[in-house]
Amino acid sequence: MAQAAIELIGINKSFGAVRANRDINLEIARGTIHGIVGENGAGKSTLMSILYGFYQADSGEIRVGGKPASIKTPNDAIALGIGMVHQHFMLVDNFSVLENIILGAESDALLKSSIAKARSELDRLEREYGLEVDPDAIIEELPVGLQQRVEILKALYRGAEILILDEPTGVLTPAEADHLFRILKQLKDQGKTVVLITHKLREIMAITDNVSVMRQGTMVATRETNKTTVGELAELMVGRRVLLRVEKGEVEAGAVKLAVKNLTVKDSRGVTMVDDLSFDLRAGEIVGIAGVAGNGQSELLEAISGIRRAVSGSVMLDGKPIDLTGAADPGELRDRGLAHVPEDRHHVGLVLAFEENENSILGYHDDPRYLKGPFLNVDAIVADAKDKIEKYDIRPGNPRLKTANFSGGNQQKIVLAREMEQDPGVLIVGQPTRGVDVGAIEFIHKRLIAMRDQGKAVLVVSVELDEIRSLSDRILVMFAGRIVGERGPEATEGELGLLMAGVERQEAAL
Amino acid sequence: MDVFIAIVQILDSTIRLSVPLLLACLAGLFSERSGIFDIGLEGKMLVGAFAGAAAASVFHSAFIGLGMAILISVAFAMVHGFASITHRGNQIVSGVAINFIAAGSTIILGQAWFQQGGRTPALQPGERFDAIVWPGADAVRDVPVIGPIYAELISGHSLLVYLAFLMVPFTWWVLFRTRFGLRLRAVGENPAAVDTAGISVAWLRYRALICTGILTGVAGAYLSMVQNGGFVKDMTAGKGYIALAALIFAKWKPVNAMFACLLFGFLDAAAIRLQGSPLPIIGKVPVQFMQALPYILTVILLAGFIGKAIPPRAGGVPYVKER
Amino acid sequence: MSTPYAKLPAWADYGLIPVINLAVAFIVAGFVVLLVGENPFRAAVILVEGAFGKGTGIAFTLFYATTFIFTGLSVAVAAHCGLFNIGTEGQAYIAGLGIAIVCLSFDSTLPWWLTFPMAIVASALVGALWALIPAYLQARRGSHIVITTIMFNFIAASSMVYLLVGLLKPAGSQAPQTRNFLAGAELPKLNWVIELFGAKIRSAPLNVTFLLALLMAFLVWLLIWRTKLGYEMRTYGHSPKAARYAGISETRIIITAMMISGALAGMMALNPVMGDQHNVAIDFVSGAGFVGIAVALMGRLHPVGIVLAAVLFGMLYQGGAELAFEMPAISRDMIVIIQGLVILFAGALEHMFRPYIQAMFASFSPRSVGMEVVKGRGA
Repeated sequence: MAQAAIELIGINKSFGAVRANRDINLEIARGTIHGIVGENGAGKSTLMSILYGFYQADSGEIRVGGKPASIKTPNDAIALGIGMVHQHFMLVDNFSVLENIILGAESDALLKSSIAKARSELDRLEREYGLEVDPDAIIEELPVGLQQRVEILKALYRGAEILILDEPTGVLTPAEADHLFRILKQLKDQGKTVVLITHKLREIMAITDNVSVMRQGTMVATRETNKTTVGELAELMVGRRVLLRVEKGEVEAGAVKLAVKNLTVKDSRGVTMVDDLSFDLRAGEIVGIAGVAGNGQSELLEAISGIRRAVSGSVMLDGKPIDLTGAADPGELRDRGLAHVPEDRHHVGLVLAFEENENSILGYHDDPRYLKGPFLNVDAIVADAKDKIEKYDIRPGNPRLKTANFSGGNQQKIVLAREMEQDPGVLIVGQPTRGVDVGAIEFIHKRLIAMRDQGKAVLVVSVELDEIRSLSDRILVMFAGRIVGERGPEATEGELGLLMAGVERQEAAL
Repeated sequence: MDVFIAIVQILDSTIRLSVPLLLACLAGLFSERSGIFDIGLEGKMLVGAFAGAAAASVFHSAFIGLGMAILISVAFAMVHGFASITHRGNQIVSGVAINFIAAGSTIILGQAWFQQGGRTPALQPGERFDAIVWPGADAVRDVPVIGPIYAELISGHSLLVYLAFLMVPFTWWVLFRTRFGLRLRAVGENPAAVDTAGISVAWLRYRALICTGILTGVAGAYLSMVQNGGFVKDMTAGKGYIALAALIFAKWKPVNAMFACLLFGFLDAAAIRLQGSPLPIIGKVPVQFMQALPYILTVILLAGFIGKAIPPRAGGVPYVKER
Repeated sequence: MSTPYAKLPAWADYGLIPVINLAVAFIVAGFVVLLVGENPFRAAVILVEGAFGKGTGIAFTLFYATTFIFTGLSVAVAAHCGLFNIGTEGQAYIAGLGIAIVCLSFDSTLPWWLTFPMAIVASALVGALWALIPAYLQARRGSHIVITTIMFNFIAASSMVYLLVGLLKPAGSQAPQTRNFLAGAELPKLNWVIELFGAKIRSAPLNVTFLLALLMAFLVWLLIWRTKLGYEMRTYGHSPKAARYAGISETRIIITAMMISGALAGMMALNPVMGDQHNVAIDFVSGAGFVGIAVALMGRLHPVGIVLAAVLFGMLYQGGAELAFEMPAISRDMIVIIQGLVILFAGALEHMFRPYIQAMFASFSPRSVGMEVVKGRGA
């Protein structure tokens, strides 16, 4: 048994009334890759932030290399040889790679010698680990994968012996992810310790030596990776046997409701995110779009719902064109029966500072049912909100309560209730159950299937493969802005995974 | 030759008028580059001007005056820091508050201490920063072209004028060649990156505001101890806002800031010189138009018609530690 | 707009915290009084007596309050839409031009009750138009509205000076102002209302504009919380992304909100111009636009709070005048300090005491503070 690089003993951390970490014990062996898995909100990131000195534990002990350590600031962590690669990169976008690397680790008050030292050190790291990157490139001009590499270099430059990576592959293409894993293995071979935080079990199985599972703020188990299975880990993560298959009957798909042809969308930086993409969505079917996050799904949703302007392409709704490259706005699309549950409910789908009833009309506030001339018909709005609260079992059932005081699952139900109750012909849903508790997931899935059974056309975009497989009648896999394949719901995870990795590009979309 | 003399004179007053703008503009540069909006430049200059003239008059020393101007101005900058860094308050609101407190307190305290309707006593020689005559300035004064330029434009300004212009390369050097400058620029763009690198965001921003306070203090001292020989109420008269406009015009860069301030100073000098007298070709230009021109130009710049002014990305947003 | 702080009961949020902030502002102001060698308690007594002691004082207090209700509402309407209109001062100033045109044209021929409505429209229109340009630049070109409205304050000031020393000045006059209006542009006083309660009033400028201000406060409440437009403004103010999602046009909502804000600012000019001075003079706004910021913050952007805060500031202005008279060491500029302190403590430092108050509430009843800590991202 290798010596422990890090020991966490009895760590507790609360935020207000929320106990993010309870009595956590963890031992990470030196020279290994140790995975930490858990659902969103299980407390993984909080735990690692405590280790990195970003937060302080309420109680408990940290030992680094066998010695008790007091880590009050990231500086303490850095001094102990702990480095961290954050999920959202901590880089200054308009600085060069070198400037980012020396920031906070300058050798003296003037930059000249720091830069010179960093340049030669970078050269060494490049040779040792194959971490190639142009030291004078400006960060915002680099692809995401290289930006992440700069983050790793930053940690190594500071002499990190223990490297923590928080959800590192969320933003990477499969090829970039593979490259990352090679780098991590190389780091391990050089004697470094790597801690990998993720919710993707496949990654855990692929490269870790040991794995610890967290659930609702507690550490539920630690296993040697080669002595466990994906099934066991999934069960530990969720706490009960996950059966994500919701019962659904056969429905004959009807007429084409939404026809997308040659759609191209660019993001705010001008990078093409949706590339000449086409598909049809029919009445009475759920089409799921699978893919690694960042392959253009968000931009696709925003374009179809009128939030983001498309560059070119045509979209027909019920056989009539909508001008997504120009005049179309979300209000017009709603009027024509296209409802949208956005990915980001906190900033887009809801106004958290509003009362629940005010959010239950967001986007439909032009509807004469809610108005008396230019005035809001508050009584009607509240009554309508109450109605939805009952139908969708939203808790607490008070339409005058501030939306911020509802839990994630209930907030999502507020959005779903609003959009579904408008009886739209087409419903597009981004990440239907992100940050939603298990109980609500089942409810939301059933509702979506009910919509389809009523003959609505439903488009679901999710990064959760299980969700896609469970809900969809047809699965489209998106990679690098294109649809790289279509499969039925019976497709295996491995088959879809290959498509998501962009492997079978030649079998392009219809 | 008369035209030449007139031009030299206008350029000379351009320099004099642009000095307080330049100091305040560089002051704002430190603050805004660190991510703290500062519309309180005006107020900090005003308290600097008051404290400088008051202390110089009481202690009969220009340097004690300057020291006091800096001290009080820095103290006001710290109030801005306390509100916008420590308590994450709205930076615009805090700036407005500081301008009010400065405007009121300089008059109230001036009246209470000196009983001259809010003025400070006229500064005597030795209590002011007098003009420094460069060697040979008088001798070459009559040499055509070079003479007036050397004697009027280069020589014959006070210490603070030279200091102001030396601050331009110095600021550039600090910003782009020192560790402090690197961190300052970083914290204005992405404070989280600075925080995770183990540097205190708050302390860094406080230090930036100290720089701001020092420079606005010098700017204020210049107004009351060089330009005017005493404090007069509301003597900044919007210069802090023009400096802010210049800062935007300069796209938050030190050397550009100097040119922007010289331009705005020139407009001011020309307005004073012309006083509504007609110009060739253009005809009569109203003084008020000349006075409004810096603001109009800044609006046009902001509208993106002459390049794009992109402020530091984290500007105006209080830093909240968040995952 | 979301804050990283937990919720408090509404009465603490809207009552207790502003009162504490205000109290601290006054305590600090008291130290300034002490610094100039006067007794702060006596100063406070003179201030309150000056403002409310006599009928004339009350009338003056309400006259000043009228001005501040307009500017406070102006700042608040923009703030509900997430915009910081720091240009209230300039919008009010330039609106004087609209009033001058109406009054100078009709004051000899029409009665006040015909001139007044025209002047209201003219002032609102000019104020709105002056706000339109910064609004357009914010909406379409992304220019920061705080900076552009500051610039527009100075441009307004230069323009008005140009007009008042030139075009609008009667021939032969030295003073930079319009000629005095005739009876047709003088607004009736409201002093008799106060006299109904038995108080005596010598001469005070309180006039019908006060009623217009109260009406506007009600209309603003209606607008913000009871109309579709207000709903859209608040949506945009809280989350521009949510507004985009809801099909609310960013350009339209920014321009509309700023024009309403500018119109309210413009109407402020009616009070001093038609109600008191009966001419348009240089610098007649004299900082009332900036007081509006203090009033709006103090009143927590709610019309009722704004009316109360405006009366408070009216009191400071009127009582401050008395104070300057009674205590020669203290000039009216004392009010400027107090204003600044109120803006500092009620605005920029509004959260300073919050954690302590929260801790206090939590120790009494944890449930009243709410369980969830709402994490906020800056807009």
